[in-house]
Parts: sequence; structure tokens; C-alpha cells
Amino acid sequence: MGVGINVEHLDAWFGKTQSLHDISMMIQANHATAIIGPSGCGKSTFVRCLNRMHETIPEARVSGRVRMGDLDVYNGTAAVQIRRRIGMVFQKPNPFPTMSIYDNVAAGLKLNGFHDRRRLDEIVERSLKVSALWDEVKDNLRKKSGASLSGGQQQRLCIARALAVEPQVLLMDEPCSALDPISTGKIEELIFQLKENFTIVIVTHNMQQASRVAEFTGFFLMGRLVEFDKTEKIFTTPSDKRTEDYITGRFG
Amino acid sequence: MPSPNNSDLTRVGLWRRGKDVLATIGAAGAVVLVLVPLIAIFGYLVYKGIGSLNWAFLTETPKPVGEPGGGMANAIAGSCLILLIASCLGVPIGIGAGIYLAEYGRNRFGDLIRFTADVLNGVPSIVIGIVAYGIVVLAQGHFSALAGGVALGIMMIPTITRATEEMLLLVPQTIREAAYGLGVARWRTTLSITLRTASSGVITGVMLAFARVAGETAPLLFTAFGNQYWNWKINQPTAALSLQVFTYAISPFDEWHRQAWAGALILIILIVVAVSAVRVAASHGMLKGTS
Repeated sequence: MGVGINVEHLDAWFGKTQSLHDISMMIQANHATAIIGPSGCGKSTFVRCLNRMHETIPEARVSGRVRMGDLDVYNGTAAVQIRRRIGMVFQKPNPFPTMSIYDNVAAGLKLNGFHDRRRLDEIVERSLKVSALWDEVKDNLRKKSGASLSGGQQQRLCIARALAVEPQVLLMDEPCSALDPISTGKIEELIFQLKENFTIVIVTHNMQQASRVAEFTGFFLMGRLVEFDKTEKIFTTPSDKRTEDYITGRFG
Repeated sequence: MPSPNNSDLTRVGLWRRGKDVLATIGAAGAVVLVLVPLIAIFGYLVYKGIGSLNWAFLTETPKPVGEPGGGMANAIAGSCLILLIASCLGVPIGIGAGIYLAEYGRNRFGDLIRFTADVLNGVPSIVIGIVAYGIVVLAQGHFSALAGGVALGIMMIPTITRATEEMLLLVPQTIREAAYGLGVARWRTTLSITLRTASSGVITGVMLAFARVAGETAPLLFTAFGNQYWNWKINQPTAALSLQVFTYAISPFDEWHRQAWAGALILIILIVVAVSAVRVAASHGMLKGTS
């Protein structure tokens, strides 16, 4: 089951540049939350703070509180433990190029010391089925490299890889921006099904996508959270002028 | 707007096609220039050496001067032993240092190591031989395969270090992030993901270093020293193909000259076989992607 994420007064820096200012937000369990905003507004930085990926960049710094369920993300838990509970899907599909499809999906478990062959087989099959890739790859699981798949298949492979470690939250950083409309449609369908078992945070440039998949939407501008509300409200009657300007295409 | 007439277009087309042909010929010519010396050397070695190459050459030790026959079996074995020691020393240290430089070395200390490696790469091999003489031969009190291996191992380190660093830096950051995102620890990501992704390039670097030191003679002169008899002990003076070729080539005897050619041929074959074997072994079970 998914868990909610509670963000309180989150600030983030790259060196001396502050890229997030005082973000507070309640992300609901088992719902999809979309993060929208113009390029460079801090969307990606924000989701990368949720699973502590931000700190893998030298000189990056964070302050504030992030609670995931009953876990304090920045206090008392190792970053690797947090990341096992919060899966991440990136903008560009990034399968491990030297690994087979099977090994890509099993990578998270194997590299964390899980080697029960039969359980691995089950988990790989289930993850690929959930990510709707199983039928397309089941005959070449161990023969084909993850990098030999098409872009859309690679992204679903990356989703399967993230799901295999059984996270509670799935962060998706513009997961469809490198994909064609058909692959995008498949991934969006997938997000709908995943909501049953996971909490989803999706960064997107595509406002139609936000309105299609997410119950809640947050609008970011220049490192600040301008407005956070039900998606319907954001797209029909936003309470902030800047949100309205953005979604009606006046800037951004 | 005046439209360009047909003859203009044809002229542009001709000039472009001409440039295309010139560039292709230039590139093909460069390939020939690279291949000619290689083929010439190998061909000449075969021509000069094949006559003295026989079963005895590969299985017997050298005969005393004046006696015909004999072989370089002990030198072949000695070369293998010394190169094994050199690889055991040079490969792990070289790859380890390369990993450090690529993953943690964005600082002053990293720059210092980079500079040191580049300088070490340019140090004449005989000087490295003297160093190995100083730290191993003098300490042991006699020449040995170990000393030869240490000298060659030191020579392998800078090449492997720089190649490993370059190859690891070519691995996209997104691949590392994919592993971090799965909760894989940083050291594990470096070894199982980054290094594995870069492995074919790293292996090329290792093989380059190996091939380069395999033919080295100068650093072995006062480390491994050479030996007319079989030796399998790493703390005893040991024959090496390059040394044997050197000794035979500067001798006044025609029989030895012929054997020197055969020895050089075997040395080249040995390097080609070793490099190919590692390539095949390394590519076994590795899947090639299209991107």
C-alpha cells in the first residue's frame, strides 16, 4: 500500500543558489499528485528531495522536514533505505545497458543482496506484468539487453525495475517527455492502475497529462509552490493569478 | 528572387562530390598507413622466424653455444609468469585508482594523482627497472621474477588508471542515478553498475597496458635478469622472451640470430592470443544493446 508524504518548510540549495523556497505540501496516499510549472521552476529538484536523490549532487543541500508515513526521511534513516521505499522513474529511460531485461528488473533486489532465484523469477514476472511489458518481452527475458528495446518499452522496463523493490511511493520525473503519444498513453493507463497500490508523484510539462492522471496538482514557479489543490480546481478556478496565467498559456 | 540555374547546381554538386571522394580517399589512406607497418612487421617476423620454429623450440631450454637445436620454452614460461605477476599488481591498483579519480577525484588530490600518473607514463622503462631493482632486488639480495613483475606492473598502472577514469566518466550520470534510485549503495553502484557498464573500455585499457609491457626488455635486464634453465619460483632469476631475443640478437652466432627471430614471432603471437582470449572471455555472457 502507498503512504502519504508530508513536506514541511523544505528549502534546497545548489551551492549558494537556493532553488526551493519554503515548500509545504501534503501528498495523499494512493493518489497521483502532479507537479507542474515552467522549466527551471524547481519541479525536478522537489521530487529529488523526496527520496534524497538531491544530495547525490556535490554541493547540494536541503533543510526542512519530509515525513513519509511514519518515517522521517531526513532524520534517523539512511538514504538507501529511503530510496528502497520510494521508487523513481526518470525523464529519459535509463535501463542498465549491459544487463538483460530480466537482470534490469531484478537489479534493485540483486544488488541489495537478495538472491532467491524462485522469488526473483516471480517478482520479475509480476513487475513486468504490472508495467504492461510482459507480453512483449517474455520470450527474450535473458537474451535481450534492456537497451535493445524501444524508448517506450525501455520506460516501462524502468517502471518495472522500480516496482520490483516494492516501494510505497513512485516518483516520476517527466516520464513521458521522451516518448511518442502511443507510449505516453500506455504509461498514463499504467499510472491509473498503479494508484491502487502506490502513491504517485508525477512531474510533467504537459498540462493535459496532469489533468488526466492526477487528483492533486501543485504549481511551482521560481522555486516556490504557488498553489496546491485538487487538479480540477487548479485547472478550472485557480485562486492565484500566476497559476491562471500559466495554465492559460500566457507564459511558461 | 533569382532562382539558381542548373549549371550552378551541377557545379556545387560536383565540388561536393569531389570533396566527399577526397575525404574518403584520405581516410582510407590513413587506414592503409596504419596497417602497412603492422602487417610488414608481422610478415617479416614470420618470414625470418618460421624456419626456426619447431616443436623443440617450444619445449626445450637453450642449448650451449655451438650445439644446434634447443628452444625457448623456459623463456615463454618465464614471460607468462612475469606478466601474470605484473597483471596481479598493475590491474587492481590501476583500476582502483581509476575508479577513485572518476567517482571521487574532483579535487586537488585527484589532480595530483592524475598528474603523477601522466608523468609516470612518460618515465623511461629502464628507470622503472632501476626502481624495481632498488626496492625488490636489493631487498631480496638476488634477481627474481617478482622483481621483473613489479617493474612491469608499475608500468601498467598509469595507462590502466587513466583509461579506467576516462571510460567511467563516459557512463551517463543517469545510469548511476537509476541505481541510487533503487536504494543501491554508492560503492555497490560503482562496482556493479558503473564499472560493469564501462567494462569493455576498461578491458581495452588493460589490454593496451598489457601489450605494451609484454615486449619490454629494458626493465627486465636487472630485475628478472634472464635464466638459461627452467624456473617456476617467483624469487629466482627468470628467463623472459624479450630478454632471450635481446641476448640472441646481439650474439655473433647465426643459429642464435635465427632463434631470436622465432622468439620475437612467438612473443607477438603470445600477446595477440592473450589479448584475444581476454576479449572473448569478457564478452561472453555480456549483452550488447543498440544504444
